[in-house]
Amino acid sequence: MRDLLASLDGLRGRLPEIAQADAMHLQQLRTELLGRKAGALTAILKQLATLDPEVRRTVGAAANALKGELEAALDARVRALAEIAGDEAAHDLTMPGRTAWRGGLHVLTQVVDEVCDIFREVGFTRAVGPEAETERNNFFALNFPVDHPALDAQESFYLGDDVLLRTHTSPVQIRTLETHPPPVRVVIPGQVYRRDTFDPSHSPVFEQIEGLAVDEGITFVDFKATLAYFARRFFGPRTRVRFSPSFFPFTEPSADMAASCSVCDGRGCPTCKQTGWLEILGSGMVHPAVLENCGVDAERYTGFAFGMGAQRLAMVRHGIPDIRLFFESDVRFLRQFAGRGR
Amino acid sequence: MIVSRRWLEELLGQPLDPKDIEERCHGFGAPVEAVVPLHRELADVVVGRVLEAGRHPNADRLSLCRVDAGGADGPVEVVCGAPNVTAGKAYPFAPVGTVLPGGVKLERRKIRGVTSNGMLCSARELGLGQDHEGILELDTAAAPGTPLLEVLGMADDQIHIEVTANRPDLLGHKGVARELAASLGARLRLPPIPGAPPEGATPALHAVPTRGQDRGTVDGLEVRLEYPEGAPRYLMAVVRGVRVGPSPSWLAARLTAVGQRSINNIVDATNYILFELNQPLHAFDLARLRGPAVVVRDARAAEPIVTLDGVARTLAPGMTVIADAERATIVAGVMGSAESEVTAATTDVVVECAYFDPPRTRRTRRALGLQSESSYRFERGIDMLAMPDAMRRALEVIVAVAGGTVREPPLDLWPRPQQPRTVFLRPERVARLLGVAVPRADIERLLSSVGFVVAPKDERLAVQVPGWRPDVTREVDLIEEVARLRGYDSFPSELGPYRLGTVPDAPVERAKSRVRETCVRAGMLEARTMPLGPADGPDAVALANPMSVEEGFLRRRLLPGLVRRVAHNWTVRNRDIRLFEIGTVFRQGPGALPHEDIAVAGVLTGARRPRHWTDGEEVPDMDIWDLKHHFELAVASAQPDAVIRPGAEEGWDAVLEPGGEVVGRAQAVRTDQPAWAAAVFGFEVRMAATEPSPAAYRAMPTTPPVERDLALVLGSGATAAAVEAVIRRVAGSLLESVAVFDEYRGVTVPAGERSVAWRCVFRDPGRTLREQEVDAVLTRVVRALKEELDVQRREG
Repeated sequence: MRDLLASLDGLRGRLPEIAQADAMHLQQLRTELLGRKAGALTAILKQLATLDPEVRRTVGAAANALKGELEAALDARVRALAEIAGDEAAHDLTMPGRTAWRGGLHVLTQVVDEVCDIFREVGFTRAVGPEAETERNNFFALNFPVDHPALDAQESFYLGDDVLLRTHTSPVQIRTLETHPPPVRVVIPGQVYRRDTFDPSHSPVFEQIEGLAVDEGITFVDFKATLAYFARRFFGPRTRVRFSPSFFPFTEPSADMAASCSVCDGRGCPTCKQTGWLEILGSGMVHPAVLENCGVDAERYTGFAFGMGAQRLAMVRHGIPDIRLFFESDVRFLRQFAGRGR
Repeated sequence: MIVSRRWLEELLGQPLDPKDIEERCHGFGAPVEAVVPLHRELADVVVGRVLEAGRHPNADRLSLCRVDAGGADGPVEVVCGAPNVTAGKAYPFAPVGTVLPGGVKLERRKIRGVTSNGMLCSARELGLGQDHEGILELDTAAAPGTPLLEVLGMADDQIHIEVTANRPDLLGHKGVARELAASLGARLRLPPIPGAPPEGATPALHAVPTRGQDRGTVDGLEVRLEYPEGAPRYLMAVVRGVRVGPSPSWLAARLTAVGQRSINNIVDATNYILFELNQPLHAFDLARLRGPAVVVRDARAAEPIVTLDGVARTLAPGMTVIADAERATIVAGVMGSAESEVTAATTDVVVECAYFDPPRTRRTRRALGLQSESSYRFERGIDMLAMPDAMRRALEVIVAVAGGTVREPPLDLWPRPQQPRTVFLRPERVARLLGVAVPRADIERLLSSVGFVVAPKDERLAVQVPGWRPDVTREVDLIEEVARLRGYDSFPSELGPYRLGTVPDAPVERAKSRVRETCVRAGMLEARTMPLGPADGPDAVALANPMSVEEGFLRRRLLPGLVRRVAHNWTVRNRDIRLFEIGTVFRQGPGALPHEDIAVAGVLTGARRPRHWTDGEEVPDMDIWDLKHHFELAVASAQPDAVIRPGAEEGWDAVLEPGGEVVGRAQAVRTDQPAWAAAVFGFEVRMAATEPSPAAYRAMPTTPPVERDLALVLGSGATAAAVEAVIRRVAGSLLESVAVFDEYRGVTVPAGERSVAWRCVFRDPGRTLREQEVDAVLTRVVRALKEELDVQRREG
């Protein structure tokens, strides 16, 4: 009896071999162990009839258990091999896989993050400020004269006598300069408000990205270089930029920056209204009056500032025709920018 | 601002190409929005010379002409109905295919049996006047086939330029031409006025400033400047014996070219000066001025006036008015009066050339809701120093187009005369700001090219600012001029070294980014909703000047906006919706500024997961347990210190201990919804901008766990949280984890009670636990549950 049990243990020792076997070896193992004529276990089972009833019971139970184990191991290996081989008879592998709901960031968030990340590459950190502001921070500290036509472009929602919803992210320039000594290098994303009625390209609320760099020795050349770097990183390495004189009370010199149209590569198309150029941002060297208003020595420090509309960048980049789509929150719209999946 | 290409050509004495102007305007800071060719509809009409004019064979009143229109195939036959057609003369000829004003396309057709290959046109047919007596005779030697527009001098382009608020000088053709002259290297010269006497021939046109005076008379008219704050300089002249009538064609054409209607010769003359020199003028009828006197004064409180548009308005102090001896008739710089307007009967005209204070004009214009070409210019500031020149040229034009005589020089009231401003410029400062050392000679040349007068002064340059540049007040403005005139594109743009800033990343931005990631990973789509909406609570912040009542308040919570977006999605048949938003919410604060918080909110409705073909039946819809999961994720990332508790209604609160402040809430949302839509769940959490501490590594245990399932029967008062708290406390450190895995209510459990099963995992990281130890712990746990909560282990 002991010999028989030892033989069974020896056969059980073949289990790891089964788990590693390839298809041909597996067939050999099945014949060798369980073959009807010459299988090793079959031979033991055949002997059972000749044994004492007590021994027969013990050995029989062990042998049958082992038979079950071996069969299970052999079958499992067959299935595993079939799976590895991609057994087309078993599954139609063109059937769809199991999915989960897929979340996604709003396209505006993606654009804002991308812009901020590009500026991070050239040393800009991310700052924010409140959406309700004083007239002083929103206008007058930024060198807007009282009763000046420059205010016309910034029709505002007022909350009280001298409190309004910020019309641009520029008041955060003031807050930053008043609390941090130069050097300052920040980008400031945020929601801004203007009393414009909704149409395909206007919204009373939109997202702006402001930038501010102030230090000793910052020049117009640094200003142009930094923004050109941004344009090439955002729109592609072949992008050309064009700066032209403009007017903002808080910058001097002031400039508008256009980038060669990323859709038509500057040849002219509906996106760039056949001009080959896309107006991207307003910018300039920080006006010394702004530095003075914030207690910064304007003789010693210079800097540059810029502001751009995130919706506009997203519309150009993704071909979105109407600014209202950003606020509609139709899940079919949101999903288009959430990556592949449901 | 609309400028006429021809007008600029007159000022610069050279032809201009619209494309080239566009580039140059962009370069100096007035981008072109559009170029609109004028009289496009007449582009196909050419000069046709009638070689022979004979009788039409089949009609007495028609003639049959042979017309040379410059065509390669030689003269063509044209049928003409006009009585005045004469062989040898030239007329406008419209070939077949031309679309005439009014939209009629000329076809080749037979008239009484004879084919006509085009048409000789009258002035009316060309939209050039009312004359329809006959065809328009052209007094020209131009070759047949020459475009009519060239012969008539009417070919023009309207160039729409965008003028920034700091550049009032670009609101006149002269100012635009000045910039173009600098860019082109051309010379700017005012064109002579047709019919005007040579310059200097009429000395009476030249004003003599009455330095320091605020009153005087001109040709019998008394003028008093009582409010120099509102009108620092005020010129007035009288022209007697004018004949009011239609303007000559050159003047009418100038105004039409910039989109203005020709009114009469006097008004057109003042408008001509407005668009040429950017000096608004006003002409009154002397006979209708009581006194005769003109008084410039501050408006009185609640002073009534009827303006030119026939509207009765109420004025207030701070508004400048023009009055005669009796009452105010004009709001200075903003709107005139019907009473004193020039009419066909006017013979003696008073011409006003004023400088009205920009801020006062702006406040008045806004208060009255009026806007005009004049107020637009006064608000931006006109050239105070050039006013006598503008007055002289205005009088020249008036006399040339309406006759009359100027008997006395204009009165020039200027109580506090101003000198041109001088601003000092340090050349090294130019280099320091622009990053390029612009040679001193270049700086002088560039500034001089647009009218600055530059003189060396020590190491600096003393720069006299021309009157038309009120925007240039300090050194940096001159540096901008240098950069602008040199061309922004002429500066290099190579990235140099820079120092890192002192401003750290805003913690709230990092927090927002973490919460966003959490929500996205939970399968939610980020939404953006309008922060303006209806009132949502007593401390909601109201807008003082909303655009609509529905958008009269700032949002106090994000969730209502998101729920409205769910409703929008239902209208487009979207059923499975999981949205979140991170944004600012507002409440009234103790000070003038509202209190702002950043919040995260989410809405969930529809299927729990996308249905897969192996799922068989439908996938279940989301329920409150999905809500709780999403809420827990949001709270863990947005308010890591808050604990979640069952809330008032069927939902949960996120609470900060020890104060008990509620910072978040989650519950089912009741809303009107289509029958096919699923239940809606929402949550909102106010965000804390705390940085999470870095996760600390714990060694993974190598000893085996011992698992025990514990099925308990809970009465109506007992909660899972209370049971778990007892289990944890009593089991102590050997308990690795405990979690509910089943709940059962039914026949084998008494009514009103439920069986809840926990799986407890025990482990000692230092050694292998013995079964008996674990059983002993479990026995203590069961005893404590019975004693403290009256909770029993489930039998069987």
